[in-house]
Amino acid sequence: MSNMSETQRTPLYDFNVAHGGRMVDFAGWEMPVQYESIVEEHKSTRAAAGLFDVSHMGEATVEGPEAEAFLNYVLTNDVSTMDDGKALYSLMCYPSGGVVDDLLVYRKGLNRYLLCLNAANVAKDVAWLQSEAAKFDVAVTNVSSEYGLIALQGPKAFSILSELASVDLSSLGYYRFVEGKVAGFDCLISRTGYTGEVGVELFVSTSDTAALAEALLEKGKPQGLVLAGLGARDSLRLEAGYSLYGHEIDDEIGPVEANLMWTVSLKKAGDFIGKEAIKTKRSDGPAKKVVFFKTGGRRIARPGTDIVLDGAKVGTVVSGTFSPILNEAIGSALVDASVAKSDSLAVDLRGKSFPIERTKPPFLPLNPQA
Amino acid sequence: MSIPSDLKYTKDHEWLKLLDGDEAIIGITEFAQNSLGDITFVEVPEVEDTFSAGDSFGVVESVKAASDLYMPVDAEVLEVNEALESAPESVNTSPYEDGWILKIKITDPSALSELLDAKAYAEIAKD
Repeated sequence: MSNMSETQRTPLYDFNVAHGGRMVDFAGWEMPVQYESIVEEHKSTRAAAGLFDVSHMGEATVEGPEAEAFLNYVLTNDVSTMDDGKALYSLMCYPSGGVVDDLLVYRKGLNRYLLCLNAANVAKDVAWLQSEAAKFDVAVTNVSSEYGLIALQGPKAFSILSELASVDLSSLGYYRFVEGKVAGFDCLISRTGYTGEVGVELFVSTSDTAALAEALLEKGKPQGLVLAGLGARDSLRLEAGYSLYGHEIDDEIGPVEANLMWTVSLKKAGDFIGKEAIKTKRSDGPAKKVVFFKTGGRRIARPGTDIVLDGAKVGTVVSGTFSPILNEAIGSALVDASVAKSDSLAVDLRGKSFPIERTKPPFLPLNPQA
Repeated sequence: MSIPSDLKYTKDHEWLKLLDGDEAIIGITEFAQNSLGDITFVEVPEVEDTFSAGDSFGVVESVKAASDLYMPVDAEVLEVNEALESAPESVNTSPYEDGWILKIKITDPSALSELLDAKAYAEIAKD
């Protein structure tokens, strides 16, 4: 059990409590799991917009003459393809091909980068990066305490934002960012997100985060903006088919198993950590694969539930929730690769077997690039 | 938090409403549904199934968690609320009315004296 005395609060803690957030311990942070209803927050984000406190996520700067070379060595994706104002999703792997973390890289200038890291992994990531950085002329600095992070996601996100932003966002491309003011506060405005919807993530100074959130909420409410918690964040990301560290990826589930080879550039110049193991696993075939599924019913197959084939266990559910849009339970599982394409998989729920239907993510038509 | 004074309660957050004779209806409390959040599924037993007081008779599932349901008294199931199959969210919106779960026949009333009144239940239904 976590020690409450070590639990951290985001700059939106008071804001979240004042707005009815039900606070839970998540990765050592006191975070809102929901405000009113997970299902309603999910639906409102798909229909209008949701505002998420994601300030628990970590940030690190990577700067120095060899910053690009260093990142290309520690990350699987090709950082040399980036220009200023570009964001890139990548994995950071161990030599074994297992994943240290999945993260976003922001190129702020030549050899000046910002990384966005999973809350639970910040200390581990920074230690890993700093240890590997010893071989390069580069400095890695944990700047997590300097930033709050707000995700504004949904079809109304840009119409809400445009009334508050000092910069023209109409031409801001997907996975691009710009620095400017929102409601008078300096922000890094990034066209990224984790819901499958159009939207942005706003990096803002810790001291301005609460005032920015209030301004966004006030401006957005008439357009249907709601506060959304971790519960909706998880159901939205699973509906979108996005991997989450500790579920679809971890130190043993790598890009080959998790269908994330699109984040691995085997062709980029030079070596990178994990390359040999990933190449070998890809050519030999992995022992296990991640599959996504629908249950056809409303009963959730929660993480840890057995996946069975002809009565024998062949895998384990790694994510499971209720899709408010499909009105049925959805999930993902790590299964033996030999049965990953079987149409006869089932979940075992309290001793009863329910067939599942494998589905290619996303679970519904989504277009965050629209 | 609504805790009607005409109902009896278990420590596990079920309520029981005595009807005429040896019949009763049961459900989960406002506090329980509020703690569980959005309810997506309720597993109920078959009519004529019998249970002893304290037996698990079903499961209520929310987006967040699955929680066992416990029978307040020795009972036989007379009727299940079939509306919950298509509208389990009734347990959220109307836990004491539309969201009732079972109608039962009390086969041994001795456990009734163990149940809590509204005042005693209010003491344990605190955040």
